[in-house]
Amino acid sequence: MRSVYLDTNATTPVDPRVLEAMLPYFRENFGNAASRNHRFGWVAEEGVDKAREQVAKVINANSKEIIWTSGSTEGNNTAILGVAHMYAEKGKHIITCKIEHKAVIDPCKFLETEGYEVTWLDPDDKGRVSVEQVREAMRDDTILVSLMFANNEIGTIHPIAEIGALCKQRDVIFHTDATQAFGKVPIDVEAMGIDLLSMSAHKIYGPKGVGALYVRRKKPRVRLQPIIHGGGHERGMRSGTLNVPGIVGCGAAAAVAMKDMPTESVKIAGLRDRLWAGLSEHLTDIHRNGDPQHSLPNTLNVSFLYVEGESLMMGFGDIAVSSGSACTSASLEPSYVLKGLGMGDDIAHSSIRFSLGRFTTKEEIDYTIEQVVKTVNHLREMSPLYEMAQQGIDLSKVEWQRH
Amino acid sequence: MAYSDKIVDHFQHPRNVGSMDTNLKSVGTGIVGAPECGDVMKLQIKVDDEDRIVDAKFKTFGCGSAIASSSLATEWVKGRTLDEALQLKNTDIVTELALPPVKIHCSVLAEDAVRAAIADVKKKKEQVDAPANAAVVG
Repeated sequence: MRSVYLDTNATTPVDPRVLEAMLPYFRENFGNAASRNHRFGWVAEEGVDKAREQVAKVINANSKEIIWTSGSTEGNNTAILGVAHMYAEKGKHIITCKIEHKAVIDPCKFLETEGYEVTWLDPDDKGRVSVEQVREAMRDDTILVSLMFANNEIGTIHPIAEIGALCKQRDVIFHTDATQAFGKVPIDVEAMGIDLLSMSAHKIYGPKGVGALYVRRKKPRVRLQPIIHGGGHERGMRSGTLNVPGIVGCGAAAAVAMKDMPTESVKIAGLRDRLWAGLSEHLTDIHRNGDPQHSLPNTLNVSFLYVEGESLMMGFGDIAVSSGSACTSASLEPSYVLKGLGMGDDIAHSSIRFSLGRFTTKEEIDYTIEQVVKTVNHLREMSPLYEMAQQGIDLSKVEWQRH
Repeated sequence: MAYSDKIVDHFQHPRNVGSMDTNLKSVGTGIVGAPECGDVMKLQIKVDDEDRIVDAKFKTFGCGSAIASSSLATEWVKGRTLDEALQLKNTDIVTELALPPVKIHCSVLAEDAVRAAIADVKKKKEQVDAPANAAVVG
């Protein structure tokens, strides 16, 4: 069996249809989309405009509301810093959550150093924040709520529409980092009251280094202070010559994702359920993390008690996944997302994220089940924790020799 | 980060996995690390009357490098006297397994486990010897 790639929440391969669409823009259509007085520029601009429409359509937005970025990290920074700096006179309070991506957490922490106040909401044990929590956190000086659409590690989806409605009612701008959700689950910025939304092309079978930020133009018209200043591209919100082939690829990827979403999401969810069913049939002492009721179709996060995540990944070496363990980092701290759910560090160290995708097959899932079961059993045989648990020792009562 | 061939070998074919009866006077047990830190090593040694290590076993919860470090440590201490085994340095493990800097703590843990097992068996021996001495005095 060839290598199995179950890490699509990290990145995806470029879809052949996307690559086809991009290629002419490296060659004959190489123009600068900002060149207004010759054909090369017009052709490039047409490609960019088409892509803008393709991205807008996925979220029921107007193409004029799409700003090109280098990806979601830039989109999140532009949105959060841009709103904070533009609306500072109105207030300096921001609401977000402890298990956001670092590309949201770090700009918010940066704003704290500038005198802004951030409320860091605690999610429930499945990774969800409730609309009541957001309501309680709101103050007269709240200017922004930033909550991810779906979590990258556990796939949990927040009650976005309810939170959006609350933000509208309270006249607070609502940003959502939709990096993992865009093109995988239905998103409607109008129905959900979303004012700002970030996405990345490479999570949806497009190229790396390009993405989009949706910026609402009506009710309300959201204004951002740019973080990149220059030639005034993208309505002045993001200067810099446009990455035309990348943008065309982003648009093509969005169009394919939108067209295939109804069938693809069902197929992928079926494979994910097959994976979970297979693992739970053959293994004891495993937990599914996240919220199966409100989840991305492709993400399965599992804790395999008494074995450490990195050794698991090493054991089934030709299957690419991610681990909640951070044994490679100097800090030895496991995933802050899993810890944010109230999970103990020991269980977080034992967690694996499987993220399936468009090209995942049933055979790959069956092979994965077989390999994971074999590896977990192999590692449990040499796990002192498994041995102690089998002897009925309560591991939480043991006095460990921390190092 | 790719693993060295030796780490992979110890990981796939760990030497001396197992457990010995902790109640035996000739068996020393060292358990170091904590589940929250992502590593727990249990290393056991069995000594003969001349304080020579005749057998060693381990069980490890941890990454591949932690498993390989403890597997290698059991191989190395076998046949050595307790004093010789105390000479085992974590840096020797680092060199042998070509551990990258972020994995050096795995070798430290293995050294600690060996030392803890030696200390345990020495303590047991003293307890065994103590009543005999007392009898002589008595």
